[in-house]
Amino acid sequence: MIFPSRDFKVLSGFSSDLEARGVLCSPEPGTSQGRAMLTFMASDSEEEVCDERTSLMSAESPPPRCCQEARQGLEDGENAAQWRSQDSEEDLDDADRYVCSGVPGQPLGLEEELTLKYGAKHVIMLFVPVTLCMIVVVATIKSVRFYTEKNGQLIYTPFTEDTPSVGQRLLNSVLNTLIMISVIVAMTIFLVVLYKYRCYKFIHGWLIMSSLMLLFLFTYIYLGEVLKTYNVAMDYPTLFLTVWNFGAVGMVCIHWKGPLVLQQAYLIMISALMALVFIKYLPEWSAWVILGAISVYDLVAVLCPKGPLRMLVETAQERNEPIFPALIYSSAMVWTVGMAKLDPSSQGALQLPYDPEMEDSYDSFGEPSYPEVFEPPLPGSPEGELEEEEERGVKLGLGDFIFYSVLVGKAAATGSGDWNTTLACFVAILIGLCLTLLLLAVFKKALPALPISITFGLIFYFSTDNLVRPFMDTLASHQLYI
Amino acid sequence: MTAAVFFGCAFIAFGPALALYIFTIATEPLRVIFLIIGAFFWLVSLLFSSLFWFMARTITDNKDGPIQKYLLILGVLVSVLIQEMFRFMYYKLLKKASEGLKSINPDETAPSMRLLAYVSGLGFGIMSGVFAFVNTLSDSLGPGTVGIHGDSPQFFLNSGAYPLIEKTRLNKTFMTLVIILLHVFWGIIFFDGCEKKKWSALLVVLLTHLLVSALTFISPHYGINLVSTYIIMVLMGIWAFFVAGGSCRSLKFCLLCQDKDFLLFNQRSR
Repeated sequence: MIFPSRDFKVLSGFSSDLEARGVLCSPEPGTSQGRAMLTFMASDSEEEVCDERTSLMSAESPPPRCCQEARQGLEDGENAAQWRSQDSEEDLDDADRYVCSGVPGQPLGLEEELTLKYGAKHVIMLFVPVTLCMIVVVATIKSVRFYTEKNGQLIYTPFTEDTPSVGQRLLNSVLNTLIMISVIVAMTIFLVVLYKYRCYKFIHGWLIMSSLMLLFLFTYIYLGEVLKTYNVAMDYPTLFLTVWNFGAVGMVCIHWKGPLVLQQAYLIMISALMALVFIKYLPEWSAWVILGAISVYDLVAVLCPKGPLRMLVETAQERNEPIFPALIYSSAMVWTVGMAKLDPSSQGALQLPYDPEMEDSYDSFGEPSYPEVFEPPLPGSPEGELEEEEERGVKLGLGDFIFYSVLVGKAAATGSGDWNTTLACFVAILIGLCLTLLLLAVFKKALPALPISITFGLIFYFSTDNLVRPFMDTLASHQLYI
Repeated sequence: MTAAVFFGCAFIAFGPALALYIFTIATEPLRVIFLIIGAFFWLVSLLFSSLFWFMARTITDNKDGPIQKYLLILGVLVSVLIQEMFRFMYYKLLKKASEGLKSINPDETAPSMRLLAYVSGLGFGIMSGVFAFVNTLSDSLGPGTVGIHGDSPQFFLNSGAYPLIEKTRLNKTFMTLVIILLHVFWGIIFFDGCEKKKWSALLVVLLTHLLVSALTFISPHYGINLVSTYIIMVLMGIWAFFVAGGSCRSLKFCLLCQDKDFLLFNQRSR
């Protein structure tokens, strides 16, 4: 899910990350190590992931900051009404505009400019990590042969695709998809139930176990394969030291405090690792059908009133609780430390170590209820002024990263060595993300990040692979230019 | 083949575009977004062109022979038409977006149409260049047997085919460079023509694009093809310079470091 840090818009990468975590934890035939651990983790991670996702809701996030703190309360109420009917441009911070609209002495142009600048800046703040994740995945796919070899399948996709007839293969892939999606739905619902009954320790422990596995086991496997590909020898003590440092710093950064850039880098890396696992273990046709199905699920789960993710978000919002870390990528830091408004958040049932960034990440699901619930900061407080510049950011669920990278990685792996397909999918996904952010600015509520991008990506993958590639190849062989 | 060939060709083909991107576009997020949208529009135009060519091929039942060559030529010409059509559609979209931005924000802060013309041209150019060249680039990192499957490099060396491969690759490199720059200039001229309702400018852009593509049909004679395309690029560049508001005087001042921005920056008088 995607959502701005101050506004309650969430794009649901949440559910996908949830699923990803769950699937990640499934036993892999190829790797015997950690199978038991994986099975154990399987049931947990997915729910955890779901919870994490919903945490994105801005239960405690402070309202959009206005230059004039005194007008905060008044404008919050206005905001709620205005946001719904707002028909804004592609900037995410229209709320800012509305918040400041009543401020005397503030030229409308300046506010507009600020919102426009913020809007475009946030789009770029999401483009960069998504691009980086895709680059890591594509570079690995193109160079490390391990991730394109068929070494068995996950238990969630039991039907094989090595069947003689096309119809049978299609049927198998649809069945695989049904199984995978139903597992995901079950996990999400379980997560909602867990969250509703406040089993925070369970969820928190789940999350930590899941990150541990990603940061240590999968990094170890990845490093091993990369070293094998480039024929570099590394002794075990060095390897142990490297993986230990990498994993330990990652755990600290993701679950506790750490520099924002480092945390973002770790989140990108674990998304890339998970995407690589998916690319390796999902059979071809199943992967494409799963990508399509998960976009539909995302749409339903985030937008329908009874959708699990939406319910999670609303619950978190009601309770004014922070969301669990490690499932959301946040693009901006919120300097909320020491602010009076932090109190509601710390009063939540979940007592997590304070992470300024995480605070911000977990806002934005129920913007209508937010202004009433949240205490505006003290008028004229200096931190409020400081925060105004840096606060706005957008949060994107890690599942979005994972599935975008899966799409591009699959295009790179199976596009018959063709870079054009990969690039076309990449541009299509970025444009989808841009459109989603535009819708986010218009609707100002949590939105699913997968549907538009994945749809564009799938359309462009199949059309580029089947239509554009022969055309470009023929042109290239005749040295023609269009 | 070697990293040297790879980097050499990559920097020749994409160096100017990369420099333009880093110095003019990377700093402003809005421009990056418009660049990517421009690239997307070119991609969609390519999709439609491929669809047309594919349908034409299936209609003629994929028979081999001269008909394929004619179909390809037709495909190229239709593709150029579709690209220019999409450039026009992008212009319309940007116009609407600017008007929308202006209505929201009367104090003008949105990028000017000239800037958007440049950005859109660069977007078209980068995408076009990348699609044309990136496969050749990645092949050059391989064992050096461009387009040959299964033969050993040794055989290849001895067969005397290397010079042709090298010439092909070099031709592609320079063509990619000139295409990127041409798209930038065409974008500027095109948008200016649309703004001032000078439809002759649009026609000239379309005709020069067709000419450049048609010149590539004389494929064995790389020299003529390339040189004429570069001449066209220089002419387009000069025209775009004047269209974008430059003049001989401003050029002279710029070159002598006496232009307004430079002077203001250094707080000197002319």
